[in-house]
Formats: sequence, structure tokens, C-alpha cells
Amino acid sequence: MSICSNSLSVTALMVKHKIFLSFSLLEIIVLSILFLYGHATVTARSKNEMPSKKELVRYLKLTDLSLWTEARYTRHPSQADIFTPFQDFPSSPEHFPAGSIIAPENIISSTKKQAGRFQGQAL
Amino acid sequence: MRHLKILEYALSSLFRRKYRNLSIVAVYALTIGILASILFLTHSLKTEATYLLHDAPELIVQKISAGRHDLIPSEYTEKISTIPGVGSAEPRYWGYYYDSLTHSNYTLIGIDDTIPGLSLLEGKMPSVSGECAVGAGVGHARIAGTGDTITLFNSKDTPVVFHIAGVFRSESNILTNDLIVMGEKDFLHFFELPAGRSTDITVSVNNPNEIATIAGKIKKLYPDTRPITKSEIIRTYDAVFNWRSGMMLTIFSSALIAFCILAWDKATGISAEEKHEIGILKAIGWDTADILELKFWEGIVISLTSLLVGLIAAFIHVFFLNAPILTPVIKGWSVLFPDFRLTPYIDIYQIFVLAFLTVTPYVASTIIPSWKTAITDPENVMRN
Repeated sequence: MSICSNSLSVTALMVKHKIFLSFSLLEIIVLSILFLYGHATVTARSKNEMPSKKELVRYLKLTDLSLWTEARYTRHPSQADIFTPFQDFPSSPEHFPAGSIIAPENIISSTKKQAGRFQGQAL
Repeated sequence: MRHLKILEYALSSLFRRKYRNLSIVAVYALTIGILASILFLTHSLKTEATYLLHDAPELIVQKISAGRHDLIPSEYTEKISTIPGVGSAEPRYWGYYYDSLTHSNYTLIGIDDTIPGLSLLEGKMPSVSGECAVGAGVGHARIAGTGDTITLFNSKDTPVVFHIAGVFRSESNILTNDLIVMGEKDFLHFFELPAGRSTDITVSVNNPNEIATIAGKIKKLYPDTRPITKSEIIRTYDAVFNWRSGMMLTIFSSALIAFCILAWDKATGISAEEKHEIGILKAIGWDTADILELKFWEGIVISLTSLLVGLIAAFIHVFFLNAPILTPVIKGWSVLFPDFRLTPYIDIYQIFVLAFLTVTPYVASTIIPSWKTAITDPENVMRN
């Protein structure tokens, strides 16, 4: 009888794991709600906003995002000269902070691509 | 029940050193928060760019002179439009304008009259000479809106007044923030471009599978040109926001190194107090497996709490507060920088990778030193 009551009192004292499990569950629920909210926002914007933005891209023939306006090669990275980080003279240092965000092109895949193009022409 | 009791003991053990463990959770959650913020931000921008630029021209043809982008003659446009497979080839007019008043750069675009009213434009597109449509950033910088005027100085330093017929809505800021759109003739007149020349040529291709072939033909026809395909444009933004980019390498690696120091500190040894505790537990009859389970739960409690707190904080930081901590890093020296209105594209794979890369090393670095102590004779452990 006393062993049984001791066991019951130990079980009654075990509250920390309940608090931890409840807190973790709450965090998982909050995170799930945020992800569901994200999914709903993506769906709503894909339906309402995205076609209008795509219309802008199509009619104005845009090729780049209007993110970095500090230099022409950061404003239009896709249209910039290939050697843009060295635009003033060869091996000149990069001036603009945004320029350092953009990684250089993968030279191996670029060479393969060029080779493919020439092969296409030869055929 | 046994596992719950060990978890209960693990929580009591962590609670005994609450200030130390709370500081570990805070640093750990901050590290995960920064890592997750970068992943959310770059993935959102990359996905947005991929979706939007899917409607960009299939091919852009630039003329290269002395290794630099040059104006392209209209004969090129006519000849390219005759290549089999080409739908149409049209000249594109655009350029840059430095506004000394606001110290910012604008992108000027010259359009023909055929563009209809756009839904993200408040007002109308320029239809007569002397009219323009501006991005919200330009309007904000010049404190001007629809119906106002904007004065720009041409190459002869003569002021040219444009009436603002429309302002692009802020929802389109990521595309139009620094734009001034005007009629083609106004553009040519403003920059005094020579007749029969454009900035570059846009080419539409009937069969998307033939884009690379057409690009090759253009390059063969005009070796002084540089054809840029749509896939190359999209790939550029992939490169800007991938793990090799500067943003990822600088911030991401600093946060990762901070986390490695944290895990390394745990892995290199446990305190005398913890060793003593393990010795006592062994002496009162705990198995090595029980002690390992205890340490496993201790690691899981800290890392799971930190992971979930970090992910929630990162989501709120990026998608509700528009990443105020990361924005100054990526803004650089851009005077006109759009207010982010990031779309919460989430890559679940990235979340799992982040969880695996942060939780596993931490739990392992909690268990391994304890395992070394747990297999030692308890008497030795307690005496030491």
C-alpha cells in the first residue's frame, strides 16, 4: 500500500516533463500555423499579384529585379558585361558592396555551354 | 513511463544549472534564427525571381564593342527577325540616369504606344510626349505623385520636364522601384541617341527548345553580339542567392562557425560537477544506457527548444518584419532600395537540413563525453 502511494506521489511530482512537452507542442503548433499562413499567402499572391507582376515583366520587357541600384552591373546582373567586377581596368578591386554578394559564374559549366553552342553551329 | 522519468530527471538536472543552460538556449536559438533567416530570405527572393523572370524575353541580343555593351544598329533587328524559328525581334530602349538631387540612380525605359493599362499602375502609362510613369521609389525620392512633374537634366544639362501620368504600386517595388518609363521618342530625344540604334534587341522564339540554337545562329551571323537566353537570366539569380554567393558565405558561415564553437565546447569535455553526478548515478545502480539516455534527453531538450524558437523568430523576422537585420547587409550603397514585401516561399527540405545540421551535432557532442565518463569505474569518477 505504501509503495503504491509513494509511486503515486512520485508521478504527481513529475510536472517538468509535462511543461516541457506542452511547451514543445505549443512551439510546433505556432510554427505549423506560420507555415500554413505562408502557404496561404503564397497561394493568394500567386492568384492575385503574380499575374500582374508577370504582366509588367512581359510588357516592359524586364530582365532583372530592382534591388541594387548602386551600379549598372548590380542593377542588371543578368545584362552586365561578363568582366564587370573589373570594369574599370583588369584586376581592379570591387567597389560596390552589392557586387560582393554576387558569386562569379561557374567557369566550367559556362565553358561547356559555349562548347555546346559551337557544336550546335557546326551541325 | 521509464523514458518519461528519465526525461523528468534530465529536466531537473538542466534546471539546477538554469542560467548556464538558458544562455546556451539563447545563443543556440540566435544562431539558428540567423541561419534560418538567410535561408528564408534567399529562397524567397530566388523563387520570386524565377517565377517573375519566366515571362522575360526569350533572348536578349547585345552588341559588344571593345568588350563592352554598345548600342545595336537596327539592321541587326531586321536580319535577326528573318532567322527561321524567330517569332519577332524588337529594339529595346533603356538606360541609366544619375539624379544629383537625391544622389540616386534611376533606370529609364523607352516604350512604344502599344502597352495597355497595367493593373499595378496607379494612373496611366505615358501616351503622349512629355509624360512618364515612375516607380514608387522614384516618386518617394522626388516627393512626387500622379499629376505632378519631374525634372531631369539631359546630356546638355538642359532641364526636361515630364508629367507623371502614373505611379507603379508598391506591390511591384521589387521590379519597378527605380523605373521611369517614357515614350520611345522622348527617350531617344532625352539621351540624344543616334537614329537607327537601340540599347539591345529582344527576340521571341516560337519553339522554346530552339532558344539555344537561335542564340548560336545569331552569334554566327553577328560575332560582335552577345545573346543572353532567358535561362541564363534566371540562372543569374540562382547564382546571386545560392550558397556560393557572398551573403551566404559571410553571414551564414559566421553563424555556422559560432555554432561549431558552441558544439565543440560541449564535445571537448564535461564539467567536474557533471562527472561527479554521473559517478553517483552509476553507483546507485543506473546503467550506462540510462546515463546515455539521460544525456540524449538533455541534448534534445536544449536543441529542440532552440531550433523551434529560432525557426519561429526567423519566420517573423523575414516575413512579418521584412528582414530588418539582413536588409542593411544586402542593401550595400543603393540609395533607392525597395521595401521588401517578401512572399513566404518555404522549402521544407531546407528546414530538415538545417534541423539535421544543428540538432545532430549538438546531441552527439552532449552524449559522447558523457559516454566516456559513464564507462569509467564510478569510484574513480567520484574520487577524481
